[in-house]
Amino acid sequence: MLSYIGRRLLIAIPTLIIVSIFVFSLQKILPGDPVLAMAGEDRNPETLEYLREKYRLNDPVIHQYFYWIGGALQGDLGISLRTNQPVTQLIAAKLPVTIQLAIMSMIFAFAIGIPMGILSAVKKGTVLDYVANIVALSGLSIPNFWLGIMLILLVSVNLGWLPASGYEPFFRDPIRSLETMIMPAFVLGTALAATLMRHTRSAMLGVLQADYVRTARAKGLSEKAVILKHTFRNAVLPIVTLSALLFGELLAGAVLTEQIFTIPGFGKLIVDAVFNRDYAVVQGVVLCTAIGFILMNLVADVLYVLLNPRMRQAL
Amino acid sequence: MTVIPETGAETLGRQESRAWKKLKSNKIAIFGFAMVMFFIVIAVLAPVLPIADPNATSWTAIRQPPSAAHWLGTDEIGRDIFSRMIWGAQASLLAGVVSVAIAVTLGVPFGLISGYFGGWTDQIIQRMTDALLAMPFLILAIALAAFLGPSLTNAMIAIGLSAMPIFIRLTRGQVLAVKTEDYVEGARAIGLSHGKIIRRYILPNVFPPILVQATLTVATAIIAEASLSFLGLGQQPPSPSWGSMLNTAKNFLSQAPWMALWPGIAIFMVVIGFNLLGDGLRDALDPREN
Amino acid sequence: MTLKRLMATLLASAALTGSAMAVDLRIGLQEDPDVLDPDQSRTFVGRIVYTSLCDKLVDITPDLEYVPQLATEWSWSEDGRQLTMQLREGATFHDGTPFNAEAVVANIDRSQNLPESRRQSELASVTGVEATGEYEVVFTLEAPDATLLAQLSDRAGMMISPTAAEEAGLDFGNNPVCSGPYQFVERVQQDRIVLEKFADYWNADNYHFDRVTYLPIPDTTVRLANLQAGDLDMLERLAPSDAPAVQQDESLIYEDIVGLGYQGITVNIDNGPNGDNPFGNEAKLRQAFSLAIDRNAINEVVFQGTASPGNQHVPPSSPWYVQDFPVPERDVEAARALLEEAGVDRMAVEAQVPNNPVQQQMMQMVQAMVAEAGFDLSLKATEFASMLSAQTAGDYQLSQVGWSGRTDPDGNIHQFVTCEGGINDSKYCNEEVDRLLNAARETNEMEERKALYAEAQAILNEDLPIIYLYHPSWIWALDNTIEGFVAYPDGMIRLENVTMAE
Repeated sequence: MLSYIGRRLLIAIPTLIIVSIFVFSLQKILPGDPVLAMAGEDRNPETLEYLREKYRLNDPVIHQYFYWIGGALQGDLGISLRTNQPVTQLIAAKLPVTIQLAIMSMIFAFAIGIPMGILSAVKKGTVLDYVANIVALSGLSIPNFWLGIMLILLVSVNLGWLPASGYEPFFRDPIRSLETMIMPAFVLGTALAATLMRHTRSAMLGVLQADYVRTARAKGLSEKAVILKHTFRNAVLPIVTLSALLFGELLAGAVLTEQIFTIPGFGKLIVDAVFNRDYAVVQGVVLCTAIGFILMNLVADVLYVLLNPRMRQAL
Repeated sequence: MTVIPETGAETLGRQESRAWKKLKSNKIAIFGFAMVMFFIVIAVLAPVLPIADPNATSWTAIRQPPSAAHWLGTDEIGRDIFSRMIWGAQASLLAGVVSVAIAVTLGVPFGLISGYFGGWTDQIIQRMTDALLAMPFLILAIALAAFLGPSLTNAMIAIGLSAMPIFIRLTRGQVLAVKTEDYVEGARAIGLSHGKIIRRYILPNVFPPILVQATLTVATAIIAEASLSFLGLGQQPPSPSWGSMLNTAKNFLSQAPWMALWPGIAIFMVVIGFNLLGDGLRDALDPREN
Repeated sequence: MTLKRLMATLLASAALTGSAMAVDLRIGLQEDPDVLDPDQSRTFVGRIVYTSLCDKLVDITPDLEYVPQLATEWSWSEDGRQLTMQLREGATFHDGTPFNAEAVVANIDRSQNLPESRRQSELASVTGVEATGEYEVVFTLEAPDATLLAQLSDRAGMMISPTAAEEAGLDFGNNPVCSGPYQFVERVQQDRIVLEKFADYWNADNYHFDRVTYLPIPDTTVRLANLQAGDLDMLERLAPSDAPAVQQDESLIYEDIVGLGYQGITVNIDNGPNGDNPFGNEAKLRQAFSLAIDRNAINEVVFQGTASPGNQHVPPSSPWYVQDFPVPERDVEAARALLEEAGVDRMAVEAQVPNNPVQQQMMQMVQAMVAEAGFDLSLKATEFASMLSAQTAGDYQLSQVGWSGRTDPDGNIHQFVTCEGGINDSKYCNEEVDRLLNAARETNEMEERKALYAEAQAILNEDLPIIYLYHPSWIWALDNTIEGFVAYPDGMIRLENVTMAE
């Protein structure tokens, strides 16, 4: 198993290279000149030309790429054209924020999605099943911004219970930090909960029909034991795959949610960077995201084996 | 399904007709189907329905609440929301369905190959998927908007491509789980071809999560179309789509809440319809259920 | 930020929050400012922060008169080529460096010669600055430049500590040291910028907050919700659609003023092959397009009447507005007649529109209006960076753009329509216009300048390289405990004499 993980981590390196090449080539494809985008209203050609030279934007892309790789290998991801800050510093500042948001929304999503999915599969065809489905699907169809703004208007403006937006680092003031994060995490969590719920339900339904579950029932095991021990354990595979993938949806959703609740996280960072053509930041963030995906997928694959030892050879 | 040879055709054919019967007897699924059809019919008939011009503006009737003259109210430049909803159905359904179809037709085969054959094929496909997942949707969208120009088709391609990885992964996960089952090992031992094993044993197990995911992605795709039209891809003004109507409504949530309400409800209904239909299909296709 | 500084900052902030008397002001901004270095920065929103952080040589009144700030008085030489300024005695920078003539010389030198400086073109007319006394400087100009004072009342005239600038170099923006009423404490990107009162400020008695926090909150609804929930004390750029609600809310104060900028449609006249089409070549078509637009309706529908309909580079309320050319009433008949004269029945035109909902709403109105006159206008939503590069490359036909506005009228027109103008994306070129606008730069006599602008306007009004639509207002919403706020047409937030009731 360890050698498997080791191999997988080695294979991650080519992935990261592919990703960085992708992003670099997009720099050429994307319309818009980074220096021009950041020139502001006045555009003095001499200053622009100087900046292009300074940031090596006039060099062939290949040169730029190797220059960047050289820096990256030494832990230097360049500096943000927009704010002159080192990209590593920006990422270090934003990452904890988004991780906190991600963890809290995941907690919401799992706590709502999985029990609802199990319940609705077990009670298939009953009113409970329909209600659970409708609730979950409305969570999916309600746009984040609508839910977010409505929550702010209700909870913060009318009731005055929670701060309307903003962010407080967890280790500076945990209570305040949780207060500012509850609403965004809930908003982000609802859509994920819907996805989780629907998949859990479907997977559970599949397994509930399987022979060994019938056998277990026939053996006179309690319904609770049948469901939790035999059914859910076997239904869990697609849910594991999905959880690794939800990480991606989480990031996509975080872009909007962070915008609404004004949380200075990854999502806001990447949007601003793309719109400003701040490529050093885009590169750094994408690379980070890629590492995140690779790790999540590795965890998912390892979980597969742990949950279903027969699959060891399949890997 | 004409390419399926010999016995496979027979069994699959029988399975199909049985599935069809099961689906027809499932009232909930039929209800879902009816909901989806309702919106499709509306979308198709929009040009011939006796409704107001969806692009006709009226400066004296902006952001009016629902009334006898405007059943669903008017928008920020005085257009009739009711007819914009009907005309918008077309763009939104296309964005939802076609992009999901793109994602499924590309994603499922890749996932099958990746999971079934394993080894280097698997590694290559999976690493490419990682790379694709890590690419921000925004960048892809801006690049496509610049190169292909603004059109609904391009928006559907962009959404489809970005939704593809999830289908690759889900398929692969299911394949991995099934391929170690005794009956698959057995089938391989007696020398069945890969094609047959995949069709007969693997695909039926792949379907349920894919169906679920596809019906869910319809919703995300409809909403995503709006953010794309905002970046110069997708439906361009003044033509309506539910997504872009929602997007505009965002600025008037406190002054004109109905502007967000109608497209929101419509998307919800379509999603419910597709999900109910998907549930029915799932039950009908499940070989173990009877 | 070094660890030592960080500790000092933390201690200072702990001390501040500890005292019960501390009065904090929280201001909601629409965007996150860029780098906080007056020489390198380029965003409008950054200037709002500078207003409290960095004093300038001169300031303006709401009526756009120049008043002393770090310079106490000034005079022009007979030939208009020398500007002598007396400087304020007793002003210091936040790091204790004294403010004097040497500091001014160092600052102008940095603005002109730092390769990264965005201020170079603003100070292009200045050939030298000399310290003629401890508190006196003389600017020497290549040619008379009526716009210099305006530049010195903005970022080019902001004085930063020469000591800190020397030490920090390009990283100055990460810890800016100026001489304004408030000094820099900390900045969290996209989250907040915190300033605290500078005790040694020369006018400290008139500044009543101990701490000012700027919070960028891009969503207008959320920004307003924060104000209503009491998490903000004031906000800038309220959405016009929220104006009626704020005006009716007794717990809030509404303030607005027509700004110095404009919004309009730039036409590609001669910028590459895309300018070579009937719309770019035939002025009559542009006149028809302009006549087909109901500017008042746009103002009422999109801006709730808060904006000012316009047809020139300055708003009708400006002393520089040429009254001979009033804002045209919509006249579809006349527009159709012009199309006929040009031998066109219907024509298709394409405009790029920034991807923000307000501009899109506005342009959809224009789309519907010009359709009645015979223009099939298609709108292409484009995000800012793509739009800008398309515009400079001439890869557009029409482009809906705006300008945040400058104190001196020259800043709103010269660089846009003169043949060699730095931002002339239309590539409109008319020698007579060049001559008139250059002449208007070279005299300080207002009446003379007005006459020159009127002549130029007569030509531009016919040629229409830019079809002006309206002048947006700056709108602020404040908590009703805030007193003494004065709206300035430059959109800045000046905190002098602003107080918060207990």
